[in-house]
Amino acid sequence: MMNATIAKLALQALLGRRRFYLLLAFPVLLIALVSLITALADGDAAFDILPGLGYPLVLPLVAILAASSVLGPEVDDGSIIYLLAKPVSRYGVAISKWVVALAATLTAGALPILVAALITGDSTRAWALFVGALVAGTTYSALFLAISAVTRHAVIASLMFVLIWESLLGNLFTGVAWLSIGQWGLRVGHELSAQLPDPANLTWAILASLVVTAVGVWFAGDRLRSFSLRGED
Amino acid sequence: MTTLVLDSASRWFGNVVAVNDVSLSIGPGVTGLLGPNGAGKTTLMAMMAGFLAPSAGHVTIDGKPVWRNTEIYRQIGLVPERELSFGYLTGRQFVRANADLHRLPDAAAATERILEEVDMVEPAGRRLDTYSKGMRQRVKIAAALVHDPGVLLLDEPFNGVDPRQRMHLMDLLRRLGDEGRTVLFSSHILEEVERLARHIEVVVSGRHAASGDFGAIRRLMTDRPVQYALKSSDNRTLAAALMAQASVRSVSLRGDHLDVQVDDLGSFAVGLPGLAKQHDVTLYELSPSDESLESVFAYLVAR
Repeated sequence: MMNATIAKLALQALLGRRRFYLLLAFPVLLIALVSLITALADGDAAFDILPGLGYPLVLPLVAILAASSVLGPEVDDGSIIYLLAKPVSRYGVAISKWVVALAATLTAGALPILVAALITGDSTRAWALFVGALVAGTTYSALFLAISAVTRHAVIASLMFVLIWESLLGNLFTGVAWLSIGQWGLRVGHELSAQLPDPANLTWAILASLVVTAVGVWFAGDRLRSFSLRGED
Repeated sequence: MTTLVLDSASRWFGNVVAVNDVSLSIGPGVTGLLGPNGAGKTTLMAMMAGFLAPSAGHVTIDGKPVWRNTEIYRQIGLVPERELSFGYLTGRQFVRANADLHRLPDAAAATERILEEVDMVEPAGRRLDTYSKGMRQRVKIAAALVHDPGVLLLDEPFNGVDPRQRMHLMDLLRRLGDEGRTVLFSSHILEEVERLARHIEVVVSGRHAASGDFGAIRRLMTDRPVQYALKSSDNRTLAAALMAQASVRSVSLRGDHLDVQVDDLGSFAVGLPGLAKQHDVTLYELSPSDESLESVFAYLVAR
């Protein structure tokens, strides 16, 4: 299903745009912030940033940028038809693009969380956070790819989801944890280190992550299958 | 030999009907799809290219449906009107990517061959965003042709292309048609279509208005009644003389000028100076008052 040419073009689209520097800015800022607080503050203040800021903000923002870069602009200006007017399965197109977005999300989102967590000390909880970030990053990238395939305002829609649902409501109501991608990741990480919060049921967290990922990518492919051009009429 | 068939195809968006019950059969050779802007050409092209589902009717290539059938793209080369957003690729990389997506056995050779065909070998190493409009158009055609499709669909391929490049593109398309490919291009400029296409399909307001070889279409268009505005030294005398002419359908006095409706363009234009002289009237101004393409199309639809 994976198409190397589509993936290569998606990677070039990702690296060739100015957005890429923004994508790099988030992990750099996160690591810088954590280093600064580790150096200045006593106790574990620096580590608390990671589940509180890294998970619900940096990771999804990186995922939004990655997912919208591989698909968004081409859908917006219609030039995706150059890729779609080919005897290539549209699901294959979606999967190939998702793989690139996933790789970018994990590299610029999950890996920096590991690095930042290692800076704060204790490697067990750092690896636990990393595993959780892998889970959440995977799910986020699939969800945002699906959103990019549906609407021209994918970045805004995705941002609303992250800021309002995951960050704001997630902090206000504990029940939201059951429907929060970041919290699912944390729950999986909790299995490795009890220092991570335990917001929901483990089986639920794993199943929900899998379902959102699979449905997200499938849905993106399905939207591409029905991709329509509207003329000037 | 590939035939593209539209069978009572319609497409509407909400309450707006963009394409209304169009039936066409397009075979090998160059066919022009002519119509004013907003007539539904792009919608028609999108349906033919599998990027729009017909609301009613069928669009098929050699009997196979186009919509939601990715395998059909082995037979279609598509040159959309919209610009390439792959500015970060070189021309060669872009064409090569298209060849790879078709999984051609020797993609590198196919790429070079088609770049040669469209005369783009020399600039192929440069990035697409450095190209002129005509060069981008040729690279798009190369990308659409790299897998040797039976059908080539081009949406407004000459828009914004300078005259020299336009000649070049026309030669290329003519050659492709002569090779036995089914080449269909859309345009809102009659002269353009006339110079290139042997067969013309006219669409106006989403409807199939006329179909035939360009001679027949041209006759339909030039034989229609034409409206002229005429100024002379003595409008009333001239009006009386004009009314006696067989080619003149109506004359009316309008302030300082005459409105003349004429059936046969040729004999009217040739006879007018002699007629004026005969009645000692000096002609000041003769101008067609409805020469716009829209009025030509409007006539075809009303017919």
